Amino acid sequence: MDFTLHIWRQHGAAEAGRFVTYPVRGISPDLSFLEMLDVLNEELVGRGEAPIAFDHDCREGICGSCAMVINGDPHGPLPGTTTCQLYMRHFANGAEITVEPWRARAFPVLRDLIVDRAALDRVIQAGGYVSVNTGAAPDAHALTVSKQAADAAFEAAACIGCGACVAACPNGSAMLFTAAKVVQLAMLPQGRPERARRVIGMVEAMDDAGFGNCTNHYACAEACPKQIPARFIARLNREFLNAALTSREFVELARPHEHEE
Amino acid sequence: MNRLVRLFRTSIGSKLVVAASGTLLLGFLFVHAGGNLLILKGPDALNGYADWMQGHPLLWGFRLGLLALFAVHVLTAIRLARANRAARPTPYRRIARLGARLPGRLMVFSGLLLLAFLIFHLLHLTVRAVGPEVQPLLDGAGRVDVYGMIVASFSEPLTAAVYLLAMGLLGLHLVHAIEGLFQTLGFNHESYQGLIRLLAPALTLLLVSGFAAIPLLVISGALGGG
Ligand code: HEM
Ligand code: SF4
Ligand code: FES
Repeated sequence: MDFTLHIWRQHGAAEAGRFVTYPVRGISPDLSFLEMLDVLNEELVGRGEAPIAFDHDCREGICGSCAMVINGDPHGPLPGTTTCQLYMRHFANGAEITVEPWRARAFPVLRDLIVDRAALDRVIQAGGYVSVNTGAAPDAHALTVSKQAADAAFEAAACIGCGACVAACPNGSAMLFTAAKVVQLAMLPQGRPERARRVIGMVEAMDDAGFGNCTNHYACAEACPKQIPARFIARLNREFLNAALTSREFVELARPHEHEE
Repeated sequence: MNRLVRLFRTSIGSKLVVAASGTLLLGFLFVHAGGNLLILKGPDALNGYADWMQGHPLLWGFRLGLLALFAVHVLTAIRLARANRAARPTPYRRIARLGARLPGRLMVFSGLLLLAFLIFHLLHLTVRAVGPEVQPLLDGAGRVDVYGMIVASFSEPLTAAVYLLAMGLLGLHLVHAIEGLFQTLGFNHESYQGLIRLLAPALTLLLVSGFAAIPLLVISGALGGG
């Protein structure tokens, strides 16, 4: 198959970028999108040009690093699919394909298609964990979890932290990511002791990172490769309002430093 | 730090302010539309209702409350919209499926045009600085003849068109707003997701047709004709 690619090239964070057009020929329909880029990069290296920088790791849809916007869709046009699991047979032969990095103030471009997604890590650091005692493994029956709670937590836990929700949102909001992480732990008994401080810390860290605010478009859920539903954002709002209006943590624990960029 | 101060400084707290003020405004609009529809019962019902309201001791308290709600809603919504714009400094070259979310993307646009309409509406029917001279101003019982004023106003095609256009904008704003407010206030849940999706267009249609019915009935001659 043949394609015409328009790819964003940018040498460094401080430099201006632009689109460069690359024709690719004789691509097997069974190559993944990343493998197609590998083929193009081999060609570029052969010509002495700098290869296109893109993020990738697992190439099996679980690490969340293969961030790129393909023809206006984060992770490409196939629903519930990461870029690494997208195959060239999903495109028409001869198609023009525009490839851009995630665009958000909180995700500065480092090079070509690679952006710095550390803002999501800061949200996690602000509460996306549970504190447990180390030592002997706990008794398997020590904490009971209902099937319903386990299923709901698992649905949220499917989030791979890729940032496609931010990339798709017209406001560059990270609400779906934050919602998935907050809801996952709020559903489980292990998450209960830190429940209030978690949601307060994560929402305030999200605000401080420069993400926008949700205006209920749900573009995030459409783009999410793990199909995290937008109603988790309503649950996040509920969790946060509950903590803000009733928890002692909201009054007693200081807000961390704002705008620590 | 005070709980509420800290809450309203967050994204979710600010959204809550927009949603709560918007919901109260929505409640006002339903009462307003209901009052307007008294016109169907004739001049006496409408003029009597208007007269009762004019003499009500809480009238100014109510008006100031509404003003405050509008101010809070608009200022908070604009503050959030500016932050949202700043969150994506570099635009995409291509955006897929843009059209599917058009009412949502036009919220500031429809909101600001509604604000402009609101000012016109107050100048027109409350202050009466624009629009037709209505003579006589009082009805047979010595009350302001609101009925006559409405019929005279909407008999002018341009005025009727402005009102109908504004109701279209209101529909554009509310169809996204009503669905959104359940999400923002935290009610969205699997169990009533379908209901909410139905409720947003249904309530919007009910309200918009309640308002739009009056200019339409006047134009068609069904109201005030005889
Ligand atoms: C005519 C009376 C109005 C009513 C009944 C109304 C109602 C609402 C409601 C219920 C919401 C939903 C809040 C949410 O999604 O959480 C909303 C959102 C909003 N309103 Fe209004 N509104 C009115 C006028 C205005 C005006 C004059 C503006 C001027 C800028 C405005 C701008 C907005 C914006 C920007 C949003 C947020 C949109 C979003 O979250 O997607 N509204 N409105
Ligand atoms: S919610 Fe979905 S789109 Fe957002 S980071 Fe998680 S997996 Fe990616
Ligand atoms: S490379 Fe790991 S999800 Fe795509």
